[in-house]
Amino acid sequence: MNKSEFFKPIEDAVNLIPDSKRTPLPDWDLETIRTTQMPSDTDRDALWDAFKTRFDLVHGKCTEGRADLLSLLKEESVTAGYVAPELKADLKPWLQQSGIEIHTSLDDSQIDTYEFGITRAAGVIAETGTIILKDQSTSSRLGALSPWIHIAVLPDDAPIYPTLFDAMNDLGNDPYIVFATGPSKTADVEGILIEGVHGPGIQICSRMKSRH
Amino acid sequence: MKTKQPIDAFARDLPPEIRESVYVGSKAKYDKRLDSLTQSFAAPDDIRKLAGQIKQHTLENLPEYLGSAIEKLEGNGAKVHYAKTGDDANQIILDIMRSVNATKLIKSKSMVSEEIHLNKFLEKNGCESIESDLGEFIVQLDDDMPSHIVTPIVHKNRKQIANTFEKAGLGDYNDDPQTITRRARSFLRNKYIEAEVGLTGGNFVSAETGRIALVTNEGNARFCISANKTHIALIGIEKVVPRDKDLAVLLNLLARSATGQQLTVYTQFINGPKSEAQPDGPENMHVIFLDNERSNILGSEFKEILRCIRCGACLNVCPIYRQSSGHAYRAVYPGPVGAVLSPLLAGKRYPEYADLPKASSLCGACNEVCPVDIPLPELLLRHRNKAKREGIKKASAGTPSMAGWSVLCSTPAMWKTSLRAGKAMDYISLNLIPVPAVQAWAKERSLPPFRGGKFRKWFKDRQKNK
Ligand code: SF4
Repeated sequence: MNKSEFFKPIEDAVNLIPDSKRTPLPDWDLETIRTTQMPSDTDRDALWDAFKTRFDLVHGKCTEGRADLLSLLKEESVTAGYVAPELKADLKPWLQQSGIEIHTSLDDSQIDTYEFGITRAAGVIAETGTIILKDQSTSSRLGALSPWIHIAVLPDDAPIYPTLFDAMNDLGNDPYIVFATGPSKTADVEGILIEGVHGPGIQICSRMKSRH
Repeated sequence: MKTKQPIDAFARDLPPEIRESVYVGSKAKYDKRLDSLTQSFAAPDDIRKLAGQIKQHTLENLPEYLGSAIEKLEGNGAKVHYAKTGDDANQIILDIMRSVNATKLIKSKSMVSEEIHLNKFLEKNGCESIESDLGEFIVQLDDDMPSHIVTPIVHKNRKQIANTFEKAGLGDYNDDPQTITRRARSFLRNKYIEAEVGLTGGNFVSAETGRIALVTNEGNARFCISANKTHIALIGIEKVVPRDKDLAVLLNLLARSATGQQLTVYTQFINGPKSEAQPDGPENMHVIFLDNERSNILGSEFKEILRCIRCGACLNVCPIYRQSSGHAYRAVYPGPVGAVLSPLLAGKRYPEYADLPKASSLCGACNEVCPVDIPLPELLLRHRNKAKREGIKKASAGTPSMAGWSVLCSTPAMWKTSLRAGKAMDYISLNLIPVPAVQAWAKERSLPPFRGGKFRKWFKDRQKNK
């Protein structure tokens, strides 16, 4: 069916509504949807702390710096994983030194061999405890999705948005953006919460200083 | 107990364990919803009203907003298709699959795909179509129907699911929810990789950028557009909102209303095929906009129902849904939203569903919880009116005739006599009245003592004493 045939009944339907009965587009701003979870202090460290609190509530884990991340990976006894090529220079040597096998490209016929995936976060949202992944800065959609553990690295130059509203107003023109608020989960079976359905069972956000 | 309304009959025969699962599930979601809204917002009602206005405004100006979304999507490299009916949409999907020599499709949860019975259609045409949402996957294995918009297997318990998995060859009987989930995880991973096409729905489409917002908790919709080269988004025309920023209002409400979460775990925004440097994901993106009676609804007295964002809150709060479960509504959309929508989506088969609007006590709870403030009780009344106007028999099944009442009220002598007779009711058991509706009513209740006629007596005495 062509577009104008398709639109005709929609136009006819809408034309039945008298102008006097039309609902105007409401004008609203951040204040209208203010939540008690919105952080009041917008200093970067304060925002990171606010993010950590919210992320913790949705069962995410935060780490700061390399040692912290390494000990978390060790706790999970990982042996092999995926590291995004752009993070390779920073991360690969010390992970390998710790005896962990690192892949910087992902073979999708072998997705279960990667126990973890480390990719860049495009930013985080403090109000909701959300990690933002964008196609243009996340090297591999599958690398951030299929391993049991996903580590989103938040570099210094990536924004920490105070609110969901701020993040929505800065989506840019990336064709694919994911807001990840905790590990993958379901309550389909008798309402019982199970984490790690199709996506990561463990979701980590790792704040790191960029080397450059 | 004899009953003439199909939904009552269904509720009467519902196995107690299903009623229990549905009740417990609904109540839990209802409580969480309330907590999450009141903990977050000073005036949650104002935000519901705002969301309702945003959606109502968009619907009233749908040609412009839909046109703008289409323009943006095409500008970003997506191919847009137009489906007048469910059959058209099914055919478009099959044609797209054939054009890329695909026989395997993996899909995330989409109510619209249920509405058009996509899985059955593709299977008939030699294609595999696999549900990847855990609940929907189980429904598919059982050849069952979802009974709730958000939690499709709220009517099943773990034992039933374990049996289903065993029968489907997904391991020995094991009813541990974690084991069930892990088994589905490993089975479906291969399906994601094997499928050539991923199909999703879309919760919202921004007219400003063409951005499709898609929410899931499990991550299945992410997989559906990461592990294959063709993505089809099947979306009802009513999903459009004016601006990206309006998504913040609706996303804030959707998860809280559906599951009591602040945000759904994964919110995806897609506005075209993957970017060039990205190794994973679709090179071709197709967006199918579906009408399927929606433009008729838009031109009718029921247009407000098109605001619905499919959160399921009106189901969870509805006393009729809680007693009867989603399957009682005999259609894809159950509960109050289904009672309004299903008869309308049925098109020519409207009379078959014309009884559904009677499945409500009109208590108003559905309107109070609706995140887009749909006046559901009012729409149910309009439906009852429409059925009466059109003389649809099914809609009046079990309704006592009002003809006797009308004669009584308009004949003073008869009225007086009946008031006197009313006193006799204090001494007669209602069970003796051979009307099934009266007997059903009387089974659980008793009448208060009759007090009729007092006013007339008072009035007469007053006149005398003047
Ligand atoms: S009618 Fe309202 S409450 Fe019911 S599913 Fe739709 S949006 Fe939710």
